Amino acid sequence: MEQPSPPETAAACHEDLLEAIAIRGDRAAFAELFGHFAPRLKSYLLRLGADAATAEEVVQESMLTVWRKAASFDRRQAGAGTWIFTITRNKRIDRLRRERRPEYDPNDPALIPNRPEDADQTVWSTQIEARMRVAIDNLPPEQSDLIRRAYFEELSHREIAERSGLPLGTVKSRIRLAMQRLRERIDGLD
Amino acid sequence: MTDTTPVFHLEPEVLLAYSAGSLDEANSVLTATHLALCPRCRHEVARLDAVGGILTTQLAPTALASDALTAVLARLDEVPSPVEDKVAAAIDDETRHWVPEPLRHYIGTSLSALPWKRRGFAIHELPLSLGAGSVRASLIRTGGGAALPAHSHDGVETTLVLRGAFRDDSGRYARGDVSTATSADDHRPVADPDDECLCFSVIDGSLRLTGRFGRLLNPFIRI
Ligand SMILES: [Zn+2]
Repeated sequence: MEQPSPPETAAACHEDLLEAIAIRGDRAAFAELFGHFAPRLKSYLLRLGADAATAEEVVQESMLTVWRKAASFDRRQAGAGTWIFTITRNKRIDRLRRERRPEYDPNDPALIPNRPEDADQTVWSTQIEARMRVAIDNLPPEQSDLIRRAYFEELSHREIAERSGLPLGTVKSRIRLAMQRLRERIDGLD
Repeated sequence: MTDTTPVFHLEPEVLLAYSAGSLDEANSVLTATHLALCPRCRHEVARLDAVGGILTTQLAPTALASDALTAVLARLDEVPSPVEDKVAAAIDDETRHWVPEPLRHYIGTSLSALPWKRRGFAIHELPLSLGAGSVRASLIRTGGGAALPAHSHDGVETTLVLRGAFRDDSGRYARGDVSTATSADDHRPVADPDDECLCFSVIDGSLRLTGRFGRLLNPFIRI
């Protein structure tokens, strides 16, 4: 991309911290990640209706998983914030909904691999993440509101439609517009 | 088998709900199994997960208990209990070939060893218990050229093709393709003549069957 690299931000070094845990079991790196992410993960769990004690436990279990699975973190696939978010999301489903979180297995021989033209497409980089933050900040309020409600209120598009009194078609088209906008901005098509 | 990528995808709202973690377990199994067969939706979900990560880390922090970090640091050297994978060995190659993870794990055995229930001429069904509520999940197997039950339903039926193909008035659905039908649709799916057809279907809400085969099947359907 011809855009200049963004300055080294705090977000850029979270990936280094995860790699330090993976490579040499770096406890100081873990403590630093904990200090940044754990209080935000607690907010996330509280937003989704967990009581304070449960939120605290799920945060601790998530951070323990971060420590144990750091070797599987791949910064070409996801940023540290994304990777840690998915771990906590899955723990929450497991713990609060008492359901399993089904995921595909990237090593399954039955999996259809990416097309050759996408094979070395970088899914995550600090540049992509920076573009993404801008794209999210610039979503029209009614679109950004729906995306936030999907992540923080555990509402399906049908429930959002019922509660807000909006027609289902309107909710769907706003979600689709938001996703299209993010896709265009993030993949650099704008 | 050809590694062509799917033409019919999951609806964007479903991918969002999967990324947000609000989708029920049965629909999540269907979504994740489509992802195994669909690079395009995998990419979309990776992007959505990144949105979730950004939104979550933008939340104002909430203080943890003062000893939280100490408590976790003290547990770092614990050895996690190993996750056993006892089903893996019992699944034959045919099943590994046609049924990707995570659905394969939920089935837990070979397709040929499943207690299929006969649902009419050349149609077999295997109900799967995946989560609670009004969601009904099953595998459906038909012979080549067979007509699948025509549904007219109050909820939404999502069908993922795993093997073979079927055709209805909205198009032809082959391996990896997803068909989403609502109460407004009354499709009459027919399997391609040259191969059997294997699908995974999830129905949200109650269901009413219409048509010749539908009336035949109705007594068997748990609602
Ligand atoms: Zn797809």
